[in-house]
Amino acid sequence: MPIISIASVAKSYGGFTALHDIDLEIERGEIFALLGPNGAGKTTLISIVCGAVSMSRGNVRVDGADILRDYRVTRRKIGLVPQEIALDIFATVWSTVSFSRSLFGRPKDNAHIERLLRDLALWEKRDAKIIELSGGMKRRVMIAKALAHEPDILFLDEPTAGVDVELRRDMWGLVRRLRENGVTIILTTHYIEEAEEMADRVGFMKGGRLVLVEEKTALMRKLGNRRLVLTLAEPLRALPAALEGWHAELEDGGRRIAYAMSEDAEKGAAQIIQRLGEAGVHIKDMAMNESSLEQIFVDLVGSDAGSQA
Amino acid sequence: MSAPRFNLRGVAAIFAAEMARTRRTLLQSVVTPVLTTALYFVVFGSAIGSHMREVGGVAYGAFIVPGLIMLSLLTQSIANASIGIYFPKFTGTVYEILTAPLSAIEIVVGYVGAAAAKSIVIGLIILSTAAFFTPLQIDHPAMMALFLVLTSVAFSLFGFIIGIWAKTFEQLNFVPALVITPLTFLGGAFYSIDMLPPFWRTVSLFNPVVYLVSGFRWSFHGSGDVSLAASLGFMTLVIALCLGLLIWIFRTGYRLKP
Ligand SMILES: Nc1ncnc2c1ncn2[C@@H]1O[C@H](COP(=O)(O)OP(=O)(O)OP(=O)(O)O)[C@@H](O)[C@H]1O
Ligand SMILES: [Mg+2]
Repeated sequence: MPIISIASVAKSYGGFTALHDIDLEIERGEIFALLGPNGAGKTTLISIVCGAVSMSRGNVRVDGADILRDYRVTRRKIGLVPQEIALDIFATVWSTVSFSRSLFGRPKDNAHIERLLRDLALWEKRDAKIIELSGGMKRRVMIAKALAHEPDILFLDEPTAGVDVELRRDMWGLVRRLRENGVTIILTTHYIEEAEEMADRVGFMKGGRLVLVEEKTALMRKLGNRRLVLTLAEPLRALPAALEGWHAELEDGGRRIAYAMSEDAEKGAAQIIQRLGEAGVHIKDMAMNESSLEQIFVDLVGSDAGSQA
Repeated sequence: MSAPRFNLRGVAAIFAAEMARTRRTLLQSVVTPVLTTALYFVVFGSAIGSHMREVGGVAYGAFIVPGLIMLSLLTQSIANASIGIYFPKFTGTVYEILTAPLSAIEIVVGYVGAAAAKSIVIGLIILSTAAFFTPLQIDHPAMMALFLVLTSVAFSLFGFIIGIWAKTFEQLNFVPALVITPLTFLGGAFYSIDMLPPFWRTVSLFNPVVYLVSGFRWSFHGSGDVSLAASLGFMTLVIALCLGLLIWIFRTGYRLKP
């Protein structure tokens, strides 16, 4: 049974439709990355599952329970780190994090809160007021609040926006540790490398629709071609006959050969270089390009935008 | 899969956080009403009161005590409850309340309960302050307590609704400043409506605050401008209307949950 199942969920804000019939299932224990341009509907979708926004149509189940009818059961299992930092600036770190735990009906557990604050490098700041913290610290307080009631599912809405490289690494580490402890994680991000680095599966949203859901590795295999680019010492007028039947092309007025690598072991990088050597073609430089999720994403959004125009 | 029927810890957390907010603003919350009351006593009780004899057989100083307390109860209840829910909306922290396993009733009990509790405390503080200026006489202490609690709850509910409705700080202050304060001053806090010409006396009967002050004054001195039943009935009506409105607000998510 999927831990979250979203069925035909639609949302209109007044006359504007922000989500069109979304269907999505999240597996227990996975890290799912939701990508998409600004205004795609990522935050809206997350907010519906968490209960901060009401859906216009559809049905969401968390661990088999309906989020509207059994909200007491489902909400206890969910922690949310919203996109915007929202904190009572006069409260202390400790008080605001324990407040979150109580709000979710959990009994006091100072040891758990202490562990959380230490994990998030906030322990030294436990008695500081929120107003005295830096932006990155506030973001970590938001995470501590979301984890205070020990949720099984964690939503991170752009957790690393405006966060420095070091803290970003720390957060990725935290997410991995949570996953090792069995927490299911759904994150949205504009940083493709984040999804690439972390996610098991990726969903692309655009214009209120879920355009694509795919395993990250399968997606990269399917859409991400590896290309070998060979820069030549002397430009060629035509491809040497030795490359007949290979997926190679001349580029840049004959100064480069671009070769789309295949799974075929007989047609690897070494073989093409050898063949070219035998044909008397001198290679000045070579590079391997692996298209990233970002490239895939740009291609996808670009082509879609093109078809709409 | 089991979850408790009532999220008592959640309600207690909201209540405690609201009370903590009061402690942070102790000066505004407690000292201000005490000071204001003292000023009213100096101006009305001593300066004007020395030229007035009695109202309905009660010394003027003692006569204004119920009205003064009522004045503070109304303004404090509305102010505390409205800011209590407006502030999280304004800062965005309301997301946490909306995503927590809390029912509408629990949210209301937490916020409105805290605002009402605060008002009751302030009412009692004013009562003790008044005791320094004038000998107190409370004929029906139980009824007085009932009025104190009912008024605080009713107008905290009302304030909570204003806090949800308000989109700006101006709107937040609009109702208290433009509706409640005038009604309170014209509601017989400092005089008996019997002292008014017949026409204005009739007009006053349309002022809801008259019913509050009158009932409260009855619990002190055994007499009021309108009947006790009318006062209690009015209070019940306010509470019922507010609850009805709140049910609608939480059903539709009005200005709370998009
Ligand atoms: N409360 C609201 N009222 C009206 N429209 C809204 C509201 N919230 C979001 N929208 C609209 O719904 C659409 C989706 O917004 P949403 O915040 O879900 O996008 P997003 O994918 O999270 O974007 P971003 O990457 O910028 O965070 C946008 O067009 C937005 O303007
Ligand atoms: Mg968003």
